[in-house]
Amino acid sequence: MSVPAGHPLLEVRGLCADYGAGPDAVHAVIGADLVLQSGEVLGLAGESGSGKSTLAYAITRLLRAPGMITGGSVGYYPRPGTAVDLLSAEEGTLRVLRWSQISVVMQSAMNALNPVLSIGAQLTDVLRAHRPDLSKAARRARAAGLLAMVGITADRLDSHPHELSGGMRQRVMIAMALALEPQVVIMDEPTTALDVVTQREILQELMELRERLGFAVLFITHDLSLLIEIADSIAVMYAGRLVERAAAKALFRAPRHPYTLGLLSSFPALHGPRRHLTGIPGSPPDLRRLPSGCVFHPRCSYVMDRCRTDAPALLPLAATGDGLSSVPRAAACWLQDGSAPPPPELAAAPDLAGSQS
Amino acid sequence: MYVISRRIGFYILTAIAAVTVDFFIPRVMPGNPVNAVLAKMQNTNVTKATLRALEVEFGSGTREGIWGQYVRYWNNILHGNLGISTSNGMVPVTTVIRGALPWTLGLVGTATVLSFILGTLLGVLVAWRRGSWLDTLLPATTFFQAAPYFFLAFLAIDLFAIKLGWFPAGSARSTLDFPALSWTYISDVLDHAILPALTIVVASAAGWIVGMRNVMITTMDEDYVLIAQAKGLPKRRVIWYAARNAILPSISGFSLAIGFVVSGALLTEIVFSYPGLGFILLSAVQEADYALLQGIFLVITMAVLIANLAADFVYVFLDPRTRQEA
Amino acid sequence: MAVGSSTDLGATQAADLTPPPPRPLAGRGRLRLPRSPKVLIGLGGLAVFLVVAVIGPWLAPYNPTRAFSTTASFPQPPSAAHLLGTTQQQQDVFSQLLAGGRSTVLVAFVAGLLATVLSVLIGVTAGYAAGLADDLLSMLANFFLVMPALPLLIVIFGFLPPSQGGDDVLIGAIIAITGWAFGARVLRAQTLSLRNRDYVESARITGERGWRIIGFEILPNLIPILASSFLFTVLYGVGTYTALAFLGLVNPNHLSWGGMLFYAQVAGAEQSGYWWLFIPPGLAVALLGTSLALLNFGIDEFINPRLRAGGLSRRRARRAQVPGTARPPRRFELGMTPVIRSTPLTAVNGAGLQDFPERPGTHASPSADGRPDAARRWRGRRPR
Repeated sequence: MSVPAGHPLLEVRGLCADYGAGPDAVHAVIGADLVLQSGEVLGLAGESGSGKSTLAYAITRLLRAPGMITGGSVGYYPRPGTAVDLLSAEEGTLRVLRWSQISVVMQSAMNALNPVLSIGAQLTDVLRAHRPDLSKAARRARAAGLLAMVGITADRLDSHPHELSGGMRQRVMIAMALALEPQVVIMDEPTTALDVVTQREILQELMELRERLGFAVLFITHDLSLLIEIADSIAVMYAGRLVERAAAKALFRAPRHPYTLGLLSSFPALHGPRRHLTGIPGSPPDLRRLPSGCVFHPRCSYVMDRCRTDAPALLPLAATGDGLSSVPRAAACWLQDGSAPPPPELAAAPDLAGSQS
Repeated sequence: MYVISRRIGFYILTAIAAVTVDFFIPRVMPGNPVNAVLAKMQNTNVTKATLRALEVEFGSGTREGIWGQYVRYWNNILHGNLGISTSNGMVPVTTVIRGALPWTLGLVGTATVLSFILGTLLGVLVAWRRGSWLDTLLPATTFFQAAPYFFLAFLAIDLFAIKLGWFPAGSARSTLDFPALSWTYISDVLDHAILPALTIVVASAAGWIVGMRNVMITTMDEDYVLIAQAKGLPKRRVIWYAARNAILPSISGFSLAIGFVVSGALLTEIVFSYPGLGFILLSAVQEADYALLQGIFLVITMAVLIANLAADFVYVFLDPRTRQEA
Repeated sequence: MAVGSSTDLGATQAADLTPPPPRPLAGRGRLRLPRSPKVLIGLGGLAVFLVVAVIGPWLAPYNPTRAFSTTASFPQPPSAAHLLGTTQQQQDVFSQLLAGGRSTVLVAFVAGLLATVLSVLIGVTAGYAAGLADDLLSMLANFFLVMPALPLLIVIFGFLPPSQGGDDVLIGAIIAITGWAFGARVLRAQTLSLRNRDYVESARITGERGWRIIGFEILPNLIPILASSFLFTVLYGVGTYTALAFLGLVNPNHLSWGGMLFYAQVAGAEQSGYWWLFIPPGLAVALLGTSLALLNFGIDEFINPRLRAGGLSRRRARRAQVPGTARPPRRFELGMTPVIRSTPLTAVNGAGLQDFPERPGTHASPSADGRPDAARRWRGRRPR
């Protein structure tokens, strides 16, 4: 994939989101920082319950009740010179922004598509809402064009969701998401519910579309192996916090957080020497009773005393760039605070020519 | 259309069963219905022909077997012969029913439809504005749901007709003029119809409101509603998308509830002395006019079946998933 | 709509709306009802009525059938001697009210019990057995569902000789025959969905007998629905019995609230304004029904927690407010996640956004937000 050369499109700083209020509140996202560059694919990886979906929906304020945003800021910069504060935007502004600038693809197309409406109706309703200048025929033509873009014939415009196969439905969702040519597409595990073959097809189409239309993608998944292929940069979440952030290649080559290391060791590589597959011992914490200090420490094989009491911030790591726009690396681990060299599996990779670490 | 034809088949079966039940009830009840009828008819002169007719009607005193009687019963029904009404001067049952049916259809029909529409709309509103003061209305609706229709009718009469004098207290029209398409006649009819209609609407709307609210709340949690919001569609459209799905179980519920609503409406008619089916049903019971009783039961059942069929049609129209031609 | 069959309109809908998946018997806690005001009021009301039903006749100040005067021919309004006045036959209304509760409550509960038993037998069997048995039983249930209940009952009771019309249990049984179908449909749907659960499948594979599976795995999970269905049928029984008595189809000498309304109608109560004749019994029926309905509401909310009145109560919203943040809203609007607290967009300094400064040190708490150095609300960025 090409290295994106764009400007920062979406900036999330210190975002905090809770479910519920008061002492029983579940802190689903704590202090998340993200930057999405235009045209880039940013992968958001983590286990179920890590808060990745919450983060994504909180960005556009689509969090379901009783979700609330309790801190931070979200800035959207569609063009140099304009900035929109998504958290304080009014309903009208959000309504205009939504879908025309930022759209969403959900995991299950069967649930995300309205079962009683035809495909054509669901493709054209955004056109009607956002582009009132288009005539009915023009809308229909555009809808047909969208379907063609994802490889579905136009006669399906009058079909209903239950008449399509799973892969087709997902394609329809993607076409729907691109109807207004947004700058950002948030994809919440779009291929998790599909079989592997369809998964690959859809991902390929997705990447082709991205090449053509140039939108940025926030790709949420629990499958880190997927992100190898498609992501430019990756952010790893655990228990509501971002624990590592790096360019994709660099992350895979040299993870700097024990959790990332554990994730990478959890799936086998097709090539290379045979490795002993390790998982990550233990299970994700109850978000209402988080461990003190570093939230990962109960499951960490490198735990130190300090980890039990102090929670590390996302510490910037030396970004060994090669002249291209370097994605700053960061990891929330005391091993990386520079006071002592980290263990070799968590150390910076030796600087190979033309690669980052 | 496979679905619809299956439903029609079911309704036909049900109709047959209803007729059969109607046939058997007087025959399986303890006691001799003929004697009971005669006991009630002490003052009128009972001719031999009447006696004969009654015996044939109820199957006593004939040498025909049950099956023969059953066949004859069917024969009569299919020829539109529902028997003789003993309490209305020996006129055919069909005549009596034909006089009362339009009143019932008019009142109950419109009131039910109105109530459904109103209840559904309110239900959508309460669900959308969830957490607002509207939620406090819900327990009040349970009161209206639980109160018997005729009690509400009593209250309505007492309050609006007697104490406030806004509306007439009973019957369908003030004068016994022949029906004419004059404004005075029509307005008179409407005037008399408002209170009973209001009673029916208030009593039954509560059920629709709560039902629709519950379904809407579940529907609003669906992904496609969230996507509709994510699309930046105007609020009205989002509500429409949700309601369009939520109405389907409501329509199923309509078919279930229509039996209840009809029953309640009949009772309301009685309290208001409205000359519909309910009213003549009551007099049939009191006068032991069994033929009329059976006839009314059949007519009501048929009407409910037809209403069910209509609701089925609407459901299939609204839900494309049922139209799957396997 | 039809119970059963794949062409059942609304079956998929009903299945989608069935309660969240229940758990296998092992590891289930006791059934706990939420302590919502609805449930408490409903329970309280019901308890009151049950008590009145049992001891009512003893509480009554007078014999309900005793006529107090042979000369007066109009119902007497409430007075000191007769708290709720007298009927046209000069009987004490208050005593009648207290005594009449017993028969109403008895009939309704008998009807509810029998109907529930019937609906369990038919509904669960249909759901579990599937195949031809399911089809037949479903058709039977459909028939009873579609048949309008009250007209049928009127015909039955119309033909019933009056001597039988005083037997509460018999009346309850007859009412039950018309009222079991709805519960059967719901139970069948739930049994169907349960039947396909893994733990039921595994019980079948290991050879457990059908009855044991039904008894131990399926039935316990049906309890909330059973309770709701029972209450619903009792409610139906109350209404129907009152209606039948009102129509005079039940032996009028047998005291019940519906019967009181019958006599009220005979006396021309609403036309003549004898409100004490019809308001007390009518209100009693309405309140009994309301208690049942409220209780049912509460159970529905227990089954499907999403149905609870949404939003936060004022007190909870106040208590939940963290200092320095806005109060959480009482109403959650879909698509507009509330923002309790946020940081305005930071001013941009010349370095650009590509590497933004991290917060130094540790996170003490989510709200220990480092206030940006030059925090100004930016709606538009200056061109650079």
